[in-house]
Amino acid sequence: MYPVTTIHYLALSAALLLIGTVGVLTRRNIVVILMSIELILNAVNINLVAFSHAFRAVNGQIFAIFVITDAVAEAAVGLGILIALFRNKETVLADEVDLLKW
Amino acid sequence: MLADTVLFYIFALMVLGGGVLTITRRSAVHGAVALIVSLLGVAGLYVLQQAEFLFVVQIVLYVGGIMVLFLFVIMLVNLDLAAHQRQFNRQWMVALAAVAAAAVEIGYFIWRGKSGFQIAQLGGPAAPASSMGNTEVLADALFSEYLLPFELVSVLLLVAVVGSVIMAKKRI
Repeated sequence: MYPVTTIHYLALSAALLLIGTVGVLTRRNIVVILMSIELILNAVNINLVAFSHAFRAVNGQIFAIFVITDAVAEAAVGLGILIALFRNKETVLADEVDLLKW
Repeated sequence: MLADTVLFYIFALMVLGGGVLTITRRSAVHGAVALIVSLLGVAGLYVLQQAEFLFVVQIVLYVGGIMVLFLFVIMLVNLDLAAHQRQFNRQWMVALAAVAAAAVEIGYFIWRGKSGFQIAQLGGPAAPASSMGNTEVLADALFSEYLLPFELVSVLLLVAVVGSVIMAKKRI
């Protein structure tokens, strides 16, 4: 327990990933689903930075920057889609959007 | 060393507690505030791992950019109706079972691979390059070895900007 090693960071990042997955799979509100995706991407970043520090290499942090950029783009487009959806269907609940349902 | 360990557990508590609150709160605004706590915890973990540039990027971009965007959208769309309805969908039990199976799997792999990672003592002294700071090292790698991905990311951002503007337009 006492010295914090890479495995602690890996366990933390795995726990955060699972919390985010639960949010994506069980919530109905699309805003909360998008926030859960941010949690998942942050779990990935913790992992990348932990390995970057463990191997004394900078590559992991570069990849973390790319992941953050990706998260920004995803949030912008996702929230744009959410606004368009709310304007057309007056709902933010994911399971009320069922045009493709049989 | 002891301070590092204590700080790690404080930040880990912030990250996990904020995450759990994010996905369980009924009000989306409360969830967003909990998510800010979680993101600040992640920023603290970056400092513990001597990734100072990512710490600044995390605070400026996530807390200052993405979360403000989220809060704007939460104010923009009317969530009052959604807050009074069922918060979890019908297949939540199946989803929880699947996530529990994944948790067992990941936990098993981490437990088996535990011995392989004990060598790397985090929070130790050795910095990657002694004379240069973290930002300089990052910039060096980003503008030489990773120049092509860096330029491609700028195209991705352009596409995202155009896409979000078109999505939010009244009439396309």
